[in-house]
Amino acid sequence: MQNHPVYTDNDPQSELSTLNLGPTHPATHGVFQNVLQLDGERIVSGVSTIGYIHRAFEKIAEHRPFYQITPLTDRLNYCSSPINNMGWHMTVEKLLGITTPKRVDYLRVIVMELARIADHIVCNGVLGVDTGAFTGFLYMMEFREAIYEIYEEVCGSRLTTNIGRIGGFERNFNTIAFAKLRKFLVDFPKTLKEFESLFNRNRIFVDRTKDVAAVTAEDALAYSWTGPLLRAAGVDYDVRAMNPYSSYEDFEFEVPVGTNGDVYSRFLVRNEEMWQSLRLIEQALAKLEKEPSDIFHADVPEFYLPPKEEVYNNMEALIYHFKIVMGEIPTPNTEVYHSVEGANGELGFYLVNDGGRSPYRLHFRRPSFINYQMYAPMSRGMLLSDAIINMSSLNVIAGELDA
Amino acid sequence: MATIPNEELLKRIDEKFGEQVTLVGEPYGLLTVETSREQIIDLLTFLKTDGALRFIFLTDITGIHYPEQEKQIGIVYHLHSLTTNTRIRIKVFLVDGDVHIPTATVLWEGANWMERETYDFFGVIFDGHPDLRRILNVDDMTAFPMRKEFPLEDPNRVDKKDYFFGR
Repeated sequence: MQNHPVYTDNDPQSELSTLNLGPTHPATHGVFQNVLQLDGERIVSGVSTIGYIHRAFEKIAEHRPFYQITPLTDRLNYCSSPINNMGWHMTVEKLLGITTPKRVDYLRVIVMELARIADHIVCNGVLGVDTGAFTGFLYMMEFREAIYEIYEEVCGSRLTTNIGRIGGFERNFNTIAFAKLRKFLVDFPKTLKEFESLFNRNRIFVDRTKDVAAVTAEDALAYSWTGPLLRAAGVDYDVRAMNPYSSYEDFEFEVPVGTNGDVYSRFLVRNEEMWQSLRLIEQALAKLEKEPSDIFHADVPEFYLPPKEEVYNNMEALIYHFKIVMGEIPTPNTEVYHSVEGANGELGFYLVNDGGRSPYRLHFRRPSFINYQMYAPMSRGMLLSDAIINMSSLNVIAGELDA
Repeated sequence: MATIPNEELLKRIDEKFGEQVTLVGEPYGLLTVETSREQIIDLLTFLKTDGALRFIFLTDITGIHYPEQEKQIGIVYHLHSLTTNTRIRIKVFLVDGDVHIPTATVLWEGANWMERETYDFFGVIFDGHPDLRRILNVDDMTAFPMRKEFPLEDPNRVDKKDYFFGR
């Protein structure tokens, strides 16, 4: 995969045909353009063009205070926004040296694992759709709705959540949130089991996915792949296990690893990760029992936005509100790199701070961007229909790809 | 294997490169070193191939712009040794007007798009890169938008000025 293909105009003598796959094609699930050279149905070469929804988040972030960057992170991987939001908040907490109470960490684990499940539901469900099985997708989609309803109880919004604050959450989880969570934990495993039995040994599905787009561990590492894709290729790198954040070290969970990095392995790895996420949520709920139930944020008045009632009725809260919003509070003049295990891989935040109200430089290490660059080289020699399935299983999210 | 302590890591680098690699600091425990563009590929190769260190994983390449410095443009590499779970950050600073640096695609194929992104936003020319084109911005753009002199918004607007917002 050393030489990257370069698109050339069709030679009239050759039998090759050029196909523009995307930028808006229903099979690509987002704004992805690939100019493919086809010999019949086989791909000879391809060139990816990206950037169609580039919104200059890194530039905008240099002009926004820390709180106003959270909504930008929502729009990276919008299938699992809470992981991005909390990854950003944890980066700022690391910069400022804020330690969060255990209860906050466990609540964060619950929301982040729900987000991971929501992301994998979409990815694996759509993989089924692309191989011609719509049923599994519909069964699973019901539970993405259930997860969004839990988000609604926690933060009020569904897709771009803007969940949490620096130091914790903006409000405590209410009883409805916990009731919905417990209902989800009872109902979802049955459907996930059903989903697995629909696909795992389904002959059509296995024939379409097994040995398709197989990637060796060496190639995956050379291309800096992370997340389920790297694990499907057999490398057990998971940020949650290797560099635990948000008290992941208190939990027991397995890091599922595949063997040959093909589409089928990625599917199995994602399914198993959903089971592990359920395990994590159940452990987190058990741990919450032992924590005081009224703590939902760290005691950092200089950085935690006070509730609105207090801003209107309490002088100190008003002062802090003003200082936080106007960026009047000094911050350390240093740099920090923090990464979390996003649904697609290592989501990193490289924040260079100069003590001002907004970052001097903020760089997002976006797993979709880095994972997607192997797509065109690995498509060579592949059937067009396999390349479509391959793209589904890479789970590239256009928002994260283009930032 | 356990994480390599920063002192030991720095000692290993120091033995091999001496004055060529200088310590910048250890913000939040992440060893940060600076080197020159002549040494960067040797340093990356050493870190990647050394039997005890094995920084086989390239986490990220990005750029940064300091307009007040003599060497304005910085390139920042983050490497990760998966076997020892150690991370390192390497910086190279370049003078504006001569922003050439050898490509890391000879060591990691994944560096390709990271370097294209850095080129696209900072104008850094990675010598030897197989396909150095813009990646997220349009091809006919002339500016390098992440440099500090590039305004966030249309400078002709009068209703909204950055100084109202503290920067």
